[in-house]
Amino acid sequence: MTYVSVQRLLAEAKKEINEISVHQLKDALTRVEDLVLIDIRELDEWEQGSLDEAFFLPRGNLEFGIENIVMERDTPIALMCAGGVRSIFAAKSLQDMGYTNVASVAGGFNGWKNAGYPFSVPRSLTAEQRSRYARHTIMPEVGEAGQLKLLDAKVLLIGAGGLGSPAAIYLAAAGVGTIGLVDFDVVDTSNLQRQIIHRLDAVGKPKVQSAADTIARLNPDVRVVGHQTQITSENAFDLIEQYDIVLNGSDNFPTRYLVNDACVLLGKPLVDASIFRFDGSVTVYDTAAGSPCYRCQYPDPPPPGDVPSCAEGGVLGVLPGIIGSLQAVEAIKLIVGIGTPLTGRVLQYDALEAEFREFRIHKNPDCPVCGEHPTVTQLIDYQEFCGIPHPNGNVPEPAL
Amino acid sequence: MATVRIPSPLRKYTGGQAKITVPGATVGEVVQNLVQTYPGMQSRLQDDAGEIKRFINIFVNENEIRSLQGADSPVAETDEISIVPAMAGGK
Ligand SMILES: [Zn+2]
Repeated sequence: MTYVSVQRLLAEAKKEINEISVHQLKDALTRVEDLVLIDIRELDEWEQGSLDEAFFLPRGNLEFGIENIVMERDTPIALMCAGGVRSIFAAKSLQDMGYTNVASVAGGFNGWKNAGYPFSVPRSLTAEQRSRYARHTIMPEVGEAGQLKLLDAKVLLIGAGGLGSPAAIYLAAAGVGTIGLVDFDVVDTSNLQRQIIHRLDAVGKPKVQSAADTIARLNPDVRVVGHQTQITSENAFDLIEQYDIVLNGSDNFPTRYLVNDACVLLGKPLVDASIFRFDGSVTVYDTAAGSPCYRCQYPDPPPPGDVPSCAEGGVLGVLPGIIGSLQAVEAIKLIVGIGTPLTGRVLQYDALEAEFREFRIHKNPDCPVCGEHPTVTQLIDYQEFCGIPHPNGNVPEPAL
Repeated sequence: MATVRIPSPLRKYTGGQAKITVPGATVGEVVQNLVQTYPGMQSRLQDDAGEIKRFINIFVNENEIRSLQGADSPVAETDEISIVPAMAGGK
């Protein structure tokens, strides 16, 4: 067995790889559009400061993680460590993997810093958060950056009931930092068949309080804002304005039209869902991104009495669990900025037939709120609006 | 004949059937034949003028008929027509 000193190994590696100075890196960052800079230092070093442009991928994970960051083998890559030594071995390793355009930054981060070039102290998760969200952050689609987005996100849930329960629980577990809940109701025994955020000992308590209690026991990272009120044309703008995304779990048409209009007018994405008996439906309305809205899909509400509520028609207890969870998925995708949002499509679930189906919905150019010549430019009193029969003769009828 | 999918709230008018084959060359004809066979459906689907109610979506396969040719949208033998009324429930 022959022994090779680290100096010798380094000298050998240096012969095979390309080194650039921190000044060349500075120049390349502005000039080479697809340059990928990777900071290969350890977490505790990276936390002290790094370049905004740098991906964080510690040396120990480099070979396993590189393909999640750089797919094409000819992409220009610059590797940076603290002093420019570890990055030489790292560059050699990437070259051995077939990456053809790799450079090691001589002098490393210390050289960069000493040259007076800009860096910032990256925001990062605490040790507790790193362990709590490990199953998120290990996925490159989320990563620490995605988890930080979730922690910064503000999501408003209309209703802390059937749909709001699973949505709130999963969003809280996922670390969505601010969850607003609008509900004026108190917990009733008949809610417990499906509203899983509420427990028997909360019967008689306001739902927003009961939900806040459950979330507090689940995840201290989440701030719950309870709005124990009915959403109306008076307060809708003020409520929705404070949030990034709205989840609709309301139980009546006036609220659905009101929330839709407010979201369209404020340009907020609305993750909409509804349930009845054994059927559920979920979609995303995001008119700021060009998608249709609720009024595009349903131009007129049914007259009062034409469609029964869940209280009258019933609902399978687990159904909101499925649909509300899908709402949470869509909200998380929007926050992190991954995947294809459920816009312009409605996902319909028929529990009895055990079938999911997808339908396309289109933007209506004549839509009164998001169309080319909108007539709804402020919030109107929807209770009345929903009570007025449509001019073509719809009249209230008995329940289905 | 095209297959019509009945949402669960309307299945009481079809003896519990979720899928029914109904003749007709257009959506309007299919709906007409449907409400003739199951008269209880008429007031659920159509207004007094015989138009499809505006809070009910009707899809030919995955496309809403307002994005096609409305009640005149053609229907082929293998098409699936879905009736999807607006639902308000969330609690
Ligand atoms: Zn619209």
